[in-house]
Amino acid sequence: MSNKIETTNLDLYYGEKHALKGVNLNIVEHAITAFIGPSGCGKSTYLKTLNRMNDYVDGVKITGQILLDGEDIYDSKVDTTVLRKKVGMVFQQPNPFPMSIYDNIAYGPRIHGIKNKKKLDEIVETSLKNAALFDEVADRLHTSALGLSGGQQQRLCIARCLAVEPDVILLDEPTSALDPISTLKIEELLMELKDRYTISIVTHNMQQASRIADYTAFFLVGEMVEYGETKELFSFPKDKRTEDYITGRFG
Amino acid sequence: MRKVFDQELEKLGTDLVKMCGLAENAIENMNEAFKDQNKTLAKEVIENDRLINDMERTIESRAFNLTLRQQPIASDLRNITTALKVVTDLERIGDQAAEICELLLYMDGEHATYRTVEHIPTMAKKTRIMVHEAIDAFIKQDLTAAKMVVKMDDEVDALFNEVKMEIVEIMKQSNEDIDTCISFLMIAKYLEKIGDHAVNTCEWLEFRETGAVNNKRII
Repeated sequence: MSNKIETTNLDLYYGEKHALKGVNLNIVEHAITAFIGPSGCGKSTYLKTLNRMNDYVDGVKITGQILLDGEDIYDSKVDTTVLRKKVGMVFQQPNPFPMSIYDNIAYGPRIHGIKNKKKLDEIVETSLKNAALFDEVADRLHTSALGLSGGQQQRLCIARCLAVEPDVILLDEPTSALDPISTLKIEELLMELKDRYTISIVTHNMQQASRIADYTAFFLVGEMVEYGETKELFSFPKDKRTEDYITGRFG
Repeated sequence: MRKVFDQELEKLGTDLVKMCGLAENAIENMNEAFKDQNKTLAKEVIENDRLINDMERTIESRAFNLTLRQQPIASDLRNITTALKVVTDLERIGDQAAEICELLLYMDGEHATYRTVEHIPTMAKKTRIMVHEAIDAFIKQDLTAAKMVVKMDDEVDALFNEVKMEIVEIMKQSNEDIDTCISFLMIAKYLEKIGDHAVNTCEWLEFRETGAVNNKRII
């Protein structure tokens, strides 16, 4: 068990708002780490710091350190395009591009310079297979991705993320807009993918965190209150605030 | 927040305290019936065992429904699973008290008294104390008191061996009292099992408070 990401004394401000307060947290390689907490607690903000998505927010100020494979991702020399290739992201609402299934997957590899048709075919097929979607779309790769169901669209987004061969996959409430069967498919998929990728997921669904995450971190008003093995955190949380939140006593 | 869940948990807790009271009463009355050869009281213990069995089903039903509807975790999960486990021990305590009372009904009061086998009164007294202390510790969430109950079980086990040897001696001396001797041996075994269930009750308290049984984490 080694740490893929190491966060030390991370503070983040949106203007005057202190959104993350001295967060220290390690993300274990080849494991699923869930971030839980009430709305506005900072869990999504923290997730977005891991591939510098917060850079786009006006008035954001970040201090502290985040190391990915020992390298500071906020170093001025870091190319964020390269960083985001290594640390991919999947959002709450499935957001396929308005183009064919094939082109959705090939989009990233093309941007990163792959033009060879055979190579792209291979990437598209492998990515869709790894996202457990290929069998459902094999005969309509060149039709619009917008014609897929919500659950299929979300797996397409995961496939699109896999196509650029990331090391880390960040997911921000990826199943909150999906029905229970599609949710289960995504959860099964993430558990298969963790052998090859490091996965971090923000979820409001406590059962989802306890089903799929190896580690869980609980955030509250910008503070990372408790982190531990999921089984431990959900059976015997150390901090009363964690206990109160996960048992529904507040939130 | 979670008003309904808390109300249901409170009902579960109240029923559990009631069941503890019923089991403790069964042991107290069984002891009295045995000591005073009071067959009326023995019959009462046998009849009241139904109440303990009914309460076990009520608590199980509450616990299953809470599990189904609330998907409990952390301390809620430990509270509900503890209730599900401890009712079995409380029910067995009630059963064994009733079984002893059944034997008392058919024992000849002239030849077979509370003091026929020397160590049985001490054994009965100690198991009564064990049940009382275990239930008290369980309700008060007192882990220190629970540990004392676990220690007492060794004394009850040792007494059971004494009783066995004593009964063997009585049987060697005379063939006439064999039926009585077998009844006393069964009573002693039931008392020894009652002690074990008191220990289990304490172990479920430990689980509820710490997630461990005998210092080993099981959740």
